Amino acid sequence: MDDEVIIGLEIHCQLNKLNSKLFCGCSTKHHEAEPNTHTCPVCLGLPGALPVINKKAVEYTIMVGLALNCQIAEHTQFYRKNYYYPDLPRGFQITQYDYPIAADGIITVDTDGHERTIRIRRVHMEEDPGRLVHQGSIETSKFVLVDYNRSGMPLIEVVTEPDLRSPKEARRFINKLRNILEYLDVFDGSLPGALRVDANISLRGGARAEVKNISSYKGVERALLFEISRQQNMKRRGVKVVQETRHYDDERNCTITLRSKEQAEEYRYFPEADLVPLSVSGWQHALKEKLPELPDAKRERFKGQYGISDNHAKVLTAEIRVANYYEYVASKIDPLLAATWVADYLKGELNYRDRDIRDAFGPDKMVYILQQFRSGVITDKGAVEVIRTLLDEGVSPNGEPRSEPQDVIRNKNLARVESDVTRTACAEVLKENVAAIADFRSGKAQALNYLVGMVMKKTRGRADPAEVNLLLRELLECT
Amino acid sequence: MPAASSYAESAQRTFERIEKSKLNAFITLNKQQALQTARDVDDGKVTGRLAGMTVAVKDCITTKGLQTTCASKILTGYVPPFDAEVVARLRHEGAVITGKTNMDEFAMGTSTESSYYGPTRNPWDLTRVPGGSSGGSAAAVAGLESRMALGTDTGGSVRCPAAFCGVVGIKPTYGLVSRYGVVEYANSLEQVGPIARNVPDAALLLDVIAGGDPKDSTSVAEADKVTYTDHLVDDVKGLTIGVPEEFFGEGLDKRVEKAVWDGIMTLNKLGADYRKVSLPHTKYSLSAYYIIAMCEASSNLARFDGLRYGLRTGKDENWHTTFSRIRAEGFGAEVKRRIMLGTYALSEGYYGQYYLKALQVRTLIKNDFERAFKDVDVMAAPTMPAPAFRLGEKTDDPLSMYLADVNTLPVNLAGIPSISVPCGFAGRLPIGMQLMGKFFDEPLLIRTAYTFECNTDFQKLPEGF
Ligand SMILES: [Zn+2]
Repeated sequence: MDDEVIIGLEIHCQLNKLNSKLFCGCSTKHHEAEPNTHTCPVCLGLPGALPVINKKAVEYTIMVGLALNCQIAEHTQFYRKNYYYPDLPRGFQITQYDYPIAADGIITVDTDGHERTIRIRRVHMEEDPGRLVHQGSIETSKFVLVDYNRSGMPLIEVVTEPDLRSPKEARRFINKLRNILEYLDVFDGSLPGALRVDANISLRGGARAEVKNISSYKGVERALLFEISRQQNMKRRGVKVVQETRHYDDERNCTITLRSKEQAEEYRYFPEADLVPLSVSGWQHALKEKLPELPDAKRERFKGQYGISDNHAKVLTAEIRVANYYEYVASKIDPLLAATWVADYLKGELNYRDRDIRDAFGPDKMVYILQQFRSGVITDKGAVEVIRTLLDEGVSPNGEPRSEPQDVIRNKNLARVESDVTRTACAEVLKENVAAIADFRSGKAQALNYLVGMVMKKTRGRADPAEVNLLLRELLECT
Repeated sequence: MPAASSYAESAQRTFERIEKSKLNAFITLNKQQALQTARDVDDGKVTGRLAGMTVAVKDCITTKGLQTTCASKILTGYVPPFDAEVVARLRHEGAVITGKTNMDEFAMGTSTESSYYGPTRNPWDLTRVPGGSSGGSAAAVAGLESRMALGTDTGGSVRCPAAFCGVVGIKPTYGLVSRYGVVEYANSLEQVGPIARNVPDAALLLDVIAGGDPKDSTSVAEADKVTYTDHLVDDVKGLTIGVPEEFFGEGLDKRVEKAVWDGIMTLNKLGADYRKVSLPHTKYSLSAYYIIAMCEASSNLARFDGLRYGLRTGKDENWHTTFSRIRAEGFGAEVKRRIMLGTYALSEGYYGQYYLKALQVRTLIKNDFERAFKDVDVMAAPTMPAPAFRLGEKTDDPLSMYLADVNTLPVNLAGIPSISVPCGFAGRLPIGMQLMGKFFDEPLLIRTAYTFECNTDFQKLPEGF
């Protein structure tokens, strides 16, 4: 039997929806900017400059705490984490230690059909350091450049209990967390550097390794799979796994030793006296009111309000943008139809292309496509073709889709063929497939499917398969 | 010398005096800009409560465009791109900023001898220290090299040199004055404070610098509703003065003891009552202070790595080698001692034993004051246990140097305000009396100090000045 895997995560998310940094007025919108242009005495740590807390960041973190079902602290305090590194302009990072802003939460994660509850140990705030830029690779670069645009970016760190049992579950957890943060509109997970993960991994009974520097959603599962098989191999060979910190190398997809327990860094945490302790217990009531509907609640509402299946409701509510997209479509057209088309077809086509709902055409276009389908102008195959075409064409430089659905229908000649054309096609197919007719008559039902397929081929998909089916039966009975 | 006919002429004479001076009170002069400001005041282009008055600024207070070194080699050549809030307020009120004054390196000291730029001398006796760490500021004021000065007080660094140089120094309540732009040494303890030749000037300067500042979260708006110069009232009738017996302990110079008691009796004659009080935890304040200050210093001084500003010598090697070498070259012995001790005290396994314990002691000391202040309005004690010592006398004995702060640092641990006023002489060396008040009770301290000053004659100039 395989060893039980025990995983705990520390997830750092930039509160990149804030306009200014955590302790100064510098803008957070520096992703396109020249290096060191979004800085000031505070985030450069110039002598004498003092941090001032961004109240909005505290509010956002409390909202995250509430959304993760945490207890919000009576009062919260910042600490200094002391270490020397060129990207850390003060020689310490302002973070939280004792008195985190939120603690003791839970979220549920759906893994292979059953729900598991993952406990959240704490949620705290901290500042991001600057960014080191190497010329070429780390190994060959003769020097390193430092960009302090990122210095002081507001981060939250979400720490789980060691409740996760597989890499897949860890990935699901991170997706759920991302979705919740995006529901709260405090986080945009698509921006570079938005999310970084450290993972604690062990096999039941063994020592744990901390894997640092996982910086992509897909990297989480890969890094964990690598680390688990490394530990399993060691165990199989009878080598003891030691407690250590390991570094995940995304390019080579492996983890390497960073430091052992004996070399563990000593951060000399102590209270940051430049920031007074914040009494936040009074804030949460107002913020609770402001809390938007979250995924689990929305899922239940969708089931009740639109009568859609649990599975559709789950897919449609996972991401806030998909949920909003669906609700728009459902407000214009049959919600059940809308659910099928958004959850199954549109989401399916997007997943296939590894794309986001933001890369899709607008919901008004989806409404148009479904209207054309419902009124019989295009078939379901035609509708899918329109969706695919619009997705593959992408958007023009001004952000608008390159084509309108009606253009696609016209240009690709997708309008459903008239019934007499279908009838003619059926007759031709029957003439050309005498053997299949014999099969059908001898009781082989799949022969009919074959014939339907041939008609669809002949009409290049523009016939309605149900209609073809009826017509063929009719014709077969007549002859 | 006849009185100057203009602010420009007066400023010009001040610079002539500074340039001939033996005191070494300044590290960097601001001559050109100062003279321009003085001319602008003469022309009516610049006005304000300090218009045309010369003010010197301690070199750990950031000045835009003017070198700020903290008397350390590691910051030599550093020209800040911004003004400290207190400096901005000086400029706003038309002050003529003469320059940046000498100090103990990073404000760590009691004598201004640990400056990379050489020691400052006491105007009353050039063989003696001016006190520290704001020694340059106090010497400049006592030696007529500026009318007033800003110092910083972490454990007595304004009051000690004020006492040694025979001038007035105020350590405001923690939070009264913005620390924005004050290079941090021990940030939970320090405040910017005025140094002047008399109480009215000190009160005026406090009026200018005190007040809430959104850039410093630890500052409070308390001062915004007070005008300190309104409290220059010659009246102490009905006040009760507490005399904390622990501040008159072992090692107190007899001449100092007598001068301070004489001072208390003077106030008594003017209508104030007095009684002895006890602050029983005072004996722990020295250890608690040095642990807290060193721990904070070890972190506050971590930013000086030569990467972004300041000293950058030799060839760039890998990060650890380079920043270690720059810090080894750039910091003096006392700074290194405090960084190392602070680092040790914050380390895992020692944190609870040292830092947390020190914080607990700090609370006890604060409680002592609060309890004692239920019965008295102000307290009076010697500022320093002895008059100014000789240059070099204590440089090889850090502990005896630390012990000199024994009466000033409980005030910083408690966060309360205090003022040192001249109260006598030991030979030709001035003696200071420290008046301590309740939180934000600077008005009463100023009234008491002013009354004392009005009815005594210790505001003298050093011989030859
Ligand atoms: Zn900034």
